[in-house]
Amino acid sequence: MLTYLRKRILSSALPLVVVIVGVFALARLTGNPATLYLPLNATEQMRADFTARMGLDQPLLVQMADYFGGVLRLDFGESLRTGESAAAMALRAFPATLQLAATTMVLAIILAVIVGCWAALKPNGVADRISSFVSMAAASIPDFWLAIVGIWIFAITLGWLPTSGVNGSEAWVLPIATLLLRPFGVLVQIVRGAMVSALSEPYIKLARSKGAGDVRIVTHHALRNAAAPALTVAGDLTVGLVNGAVVVETIFGWPGIGKLMIDSILQRDFAVLQAAVLLTAVAIFVLNILIDLGYALLDARVRPATVKA
Amino acid sequence: MSTVTAAETTTTDRSLPVVLKVEGLNVDLRTPRGTVRAVDNVGFEARAGQTLALLGESGCGKSMTAKAVAGLLDPIADVDGGEILLNGTDLARLSPKQRRKFAGPELGIVFQDALTALNPVYPVGAQLGEAFRIHHGLSAKEAKAKAVDLMRRVGIPEPEARVNAYPHQFSGGMRQRILIAMAVALNPKLLIADEPTTALDVTVQAQIMALLKSLREESDMAVVLITHDLAVVAEEADTVAVMYAGNVVETGRVADVFASPRHPYTKGLLESVPVNAERGAELNSIPGSPPELHKIPAGCVYQDRCPLVQEVCRAERPKLLPVVSKEPAAADGATPRAAACHFSEELDK
Repeated sequence: MLTYLRKRILSSALPLVVVIVGVFALARLTGNPATLYLPLNATEQMRADFTARMGLDQPLLVQMADYFGGVLRLDFGESLRTGESAAAMALRAFPATLQLAATTMVLAIILAVIVGCWAALKPNGVADRISSFVSMAAASIPDFWLAIVGIWIFAITLGWLPTSGVNGSEAWVLPIATLLLRPFGVLVQIVRGAMVSALSEPYIKLARSKGAGDVRIVTHHALRNAAAPALTVAGDLTVGLVNGAVVVETIFGWPGIGKLMIDSILQRDFAVLQAAVLLTAVAIFVLNILIDLGYALLDARVRPATVKA
Repeated sequence: MSTVTAAETTTTDRSLPVVLKVEGLNVDLRTPRGTVRAVDNVGFEARAGQTLALLGESGCGKSMTAKAVAGLLDPIADVDGGEILLNGTDLARLSPKQRRKFAGPELGIVFQDALTALNPVYPVGAQLGEAFRIHHGLSAKEAKAKAVDLMRRVGIPEPEARVNAYPHQFSGGMRQRILIAMAVALNPKLLIADEPTTALDVTVQAQIMALLKSLREESDMAVVLITHDLAVVAEEADTVAVMYAGNVVETGRVADVFASPRHPYTKGLLESVPVNAERGAELNSIPGSPPELHKIPAGCVYQDRCPLVQEVCRAERPKLLPVVSKEPAAADGATPRAAACHFSEELDK
């Protein structure tokens, strides 16, 4: 187990370096922060002073070496805008995204398992056709469009829900509903497919021969076998949710990591952008490790042998 | 008053109670090419402590018959008429929920796909104990203790250590032992063994058959053994029902049927066994192949392959009728011989 974790952490180091280099270079393509932070009538000298103070006059490789030196000391630099530690800003924004993503995924998984199992019980039956239509629609609707239409209908026209913010439980409804649809739609189809195939396996017949009822067959025997493919896809969808969060957080003014990224790009706040991206990348690596552990938990065949037969 | 007629002495030798009596069983399959009858008017009896073999080649309906009896037909198959009397209760009339009460305590089934039949994600102990949890409401811990007993009963070494192991950690023979243990967990009156050795090595096959035999003798259950192997029938079974194209074509005691088959199909099968052939001679085989289910002819199902075929065979399907042997000693009153052939008398040697 520990060997496995050590291996995973070591093997994730290189991709993280690539992520940092990429973000570092791309961020600087947005332009010089001096044009944004200094008044329009600032002199060339003032611009040069600002650039030098921020260390942006150095060659890119030198800046990058400086940055990596800082990262190794867990110093991620300061925000250009507020002077606050970039790491602190990213860490402060992260829980809001995590809460949103976790709530969304938990709801999506629960709903998808219910609908997917219901559909799988009778392939090509009425339930299956309805769920197939609904899930296809859910997976295909673009989230930004849905977010805007949702605000228009429920916040502006009906006035039931706030347009943005995080105050009160009503504020959660639209962001979650918007983010939920795609993972829900995709997962319904995965769960349905995996359940149809699990339910036709010989071990289902064996369970029936022991007098197991339909509920036990579905929840105990089939679902556990169908869980592995669903877990793989749910993991991918969770990663996708972070991308979705950038859009949805911006539209709903949700103070999460996605909004922080967009804001720091617009404000050429390089250190904050880098910290936010790095934190997200680390979160995704952790998620992948958790998914691997999930497989081992679900299925002994991918677990190192502990019981000798 | 207490006079016993001769007829009764020969036909009422009922020392062994009938556990399973199947009568007029039909199973229909819904296929893309229309509904076909996979099991047609099948009947047989299985008695306590005895083994009945359902013998036939692939696709003859023997497995389908077994699944119909066990209530485990695939969704595309339906029972369409007939009785399945298990100790007097007609299973065919029960709702699926009522039927589940029989699955385990009254009727156990061993499947042929020993390598894939166990659920890969649960330890074998949990799967062995499941029947006790469902039917006796035992706790997980109590069920596990029962599982250990069962594993010992079917000859799995070190059951305490291996009760928590997963199916993939066992060999094929051991997995089949586990499946057998599951089928007999609640001491059913009837055990259906559907080609229990097909997936196994030859050396393991004999061990599995010996295990089934000793379990049968221990508990006096009736065994219905589905097989295509004549040697297994000769070795293990007391009575046999030979199936062809969804029909039972001949039944009787194994000794009688094998000594003097009264249906040309049974005769053809026996003649194709190498033991009966001369060394160096070409093996006998039955020409042709069984009819496809949607092309079963109107008359006798065997007409296209039968050496004795006549006009009447093409016109009229022969019924499964009792046959009388020239040697009365061979006739066992409890298990009357029957054959579905217009010319069964002529086959009597």
